[in-house]
Amino acid sequence: MKIIVCVKQVPDTSGKVAVNPDGTLNRASMAVIINPDDMNAVEEALRLKDQMGAEVVVVTMGPPPAEGMLRELMAMGADKGVLVTAREFGCSDTYATSQILAAAINKIGLEKEDIVFCGRQAIDGDTAQVGPQIAEKLGLPQISYVAEVKKEGTSVICQRQLEDGYMTIKTETPCLLTCVKELNEPRYMSVSGIVDCYSKPLDIFTYETLKDDPLIDKSTIGLSGSPTNILTSFTPPQKGAGMMLEGADKATCEQLAGILAKKHII
Amino acid sequence: MEFALSKEHQLFRKMYREFAENEVKPLAEQIDEEERFPMETVEKMAKLGMMGIYFPKQYGGAGADVLAYAMAVEELAKVCGTTAVIVSAHTSLCCAPIFENGTEEQKMKYLPDLCSGKKIGAFGLTEPNAGTDASGQQTTAVLDESGENYILNGTKCFITNGNVAETFVVFAMTDKSLGNKGISAFIVEKSFPGFSTGKYEKKMGIRGSSTCDLIFEDCIVPKANLLGKLGEGFKIAMKTLDGGRIGIASQALGLGEGAVEETIKYTKERIQFKKRISQFQNTQFQLADMHTKMQAAQFLVYSAAVKKQNHEPYSMDAAMAKLFASEAASDVTRRAVQLFGGYGYTREYPVERMMRDAKITEIYEGTSEVQRMVIASALGVK
Repeated sequence: MKIIVCVKQVPDTSGKVAVNPDGTLNRASMAVIINPDDMNAVEEALRLKDQMGAEVVVVTMGPPPAEGMLRELMAMGADKGVLVTAREFGCSDTYATSQILAAAINKIGLEKEDIVFCGRQAIDGDTAQVGPQIAEKLGLPQISYVAEVKKEGTSVICQRQLEDGYMTIKTETPCLLTCVKELNEPRYMSVSGIVDCYSKPLDIFTYETLKDDPLIDKSTIGLSGSPTNILTSFTPPQKGAGMMLEGADKATCEQLAGILAKKHII
Repeated sequence: MEFALSKEHQLFRKMYREFAENEVKPLAEQIDEEERFPMETVEKMAKLGMMGIYFPKQYGGAGADVLAYAMAVEELAKVCGTTAVIVSAHTSLCCAPIFENGTEEQKMKYLPDLCSGKKIGAFGLTEPNAGTDASGQQTTAVLDESGENYILNGTKCFITNGNVAETFVVFAMTDKSLGNKGISAFIVEKSFPGFSTGKYEKKMGIRGSSTCDLIFEDCIVPKANLLGKLGEGFKIAMKTLDGGRIGIASQALGLGEGAVEETIKYTKERIQFKKRISQFQNTQFQLADMHTKMQAAQFLVYSAAVKKQNHEPYSMDAAMAKLFASEAASDVTRRAVQLFGGYGYTREYPVERMMRDAKITEIYEGTSEVQRMVIASALGVK
């Protein structure tokens, strides 16, 4: 069994978010971390590997320094890394990104027993689109918001988390699952994992590597292949302190109604 | 001259820091208060390969290097001096002498369990009347009539990890007439008949670590457990302590660095005279000195670690690293308490614990005075 995990390096939003004058994110000035939901995806892949044996391949699209992230994941136990990197791929939105990652997964090759894991969404764009789009483009069954995974032969049974409960869904491999943080607790790197991580295989997929895939075309990748146009991005102003009214008496209700009316809400 | 950490060492730092922040720091205050050995932390460290960092994989180690080990002790000590010394004593004082002096059989028998953290190790050299004067060993080892076993009698004291360890490297006099050359080293298992632990020490700092007496009453140690050659014990002890000093220097380094981090955070929050106290020049100059001292200590410690890894002579380097780092740690943690003021003296903040923990680094595994003797002797100043 092979498990492919798609991961993304994102700005650490626990620090200060920096925005360029043109409204785009100033990624260079922000510390980068591994997208938290992707860590859950990697952990689940490693858990399945511990349980039943598997080759875990971590894939990312990004600039060359993203190799460091792949090495960290290999230090946790992933067997192989694939770095998808090319000027042609730059400025891709979710549509173009999923196009390229789907081609990369085609190149790695999916077999009957294999699973693709993604995080639920990245903390920078928060779209939750790339995972499901990859599944559509590869024609794979997909389960999003996965909070529990069981694999039995070529069947995968998942709990899909909803706001007010969960669904239990069974599907056949190969399939794509997007993971939520409730799924597991990501492990630490290990000392011997770090010793080994730089000698594990890392493949670089460039435009040349993927260009023959039918999914890859100048009009489907990079800026020109991205239907999304970002008008501006900004840090929203902090909301002021709220007002609390206490009491269930008529006077309080009238006070509340008065405030709402004054603000033209009612 | 290379001052940058390798990519692997940067990852080690990141891993240790995440582990220390999430798993070690939350327990530090409690284990100090309760004087409780954090066995749950040892189990977690064992899983991550932190109990045998620089030993080869064939013996169950993680296959990293001495610098990676020093960095582990440093990062642990930043948040918990106790956890740091557990790893240091286990690694430097028990795994290392077996790895460096043991026969292949001894290494295969003892190292896998030690490096995997299944068993904890300790080192028994100090006696009530043989501290800095380690040559005054009163514990004796005599070959029995069968010629198959040594019979050990005597008492060791102040043994770190004493109550929790299952494997001990112990020193005893096999021929008193030969002085230092009559001392031999043995690998002793907790289960050997005639072995027991005695008085449990209540300490000023590193209070979660286990420190106790080891008692040998006609303790039967198989001849196969003689470590190194007969009469080589003193040499083994001194060589082991050279390595141990890198561990303790790393512990001191981490304690000082941890205190600097806490103090920077606190002084940026604490308001007096309508100013953050970090705005006062005294605070700024104090912290500048404190950080500079710890940075200098780090260079000494890392340099000694790299020399040991490269099999270069490092005895003086380890002594200088321990001397400087431990005295710096005591000074820096004391200044940290001062900058915290009254709050620093309370157990609400960690700096008083760091100050108590730091003091021992000037004493154990060779006092600062012993380090000065080692350095002066290496300089040929007699």
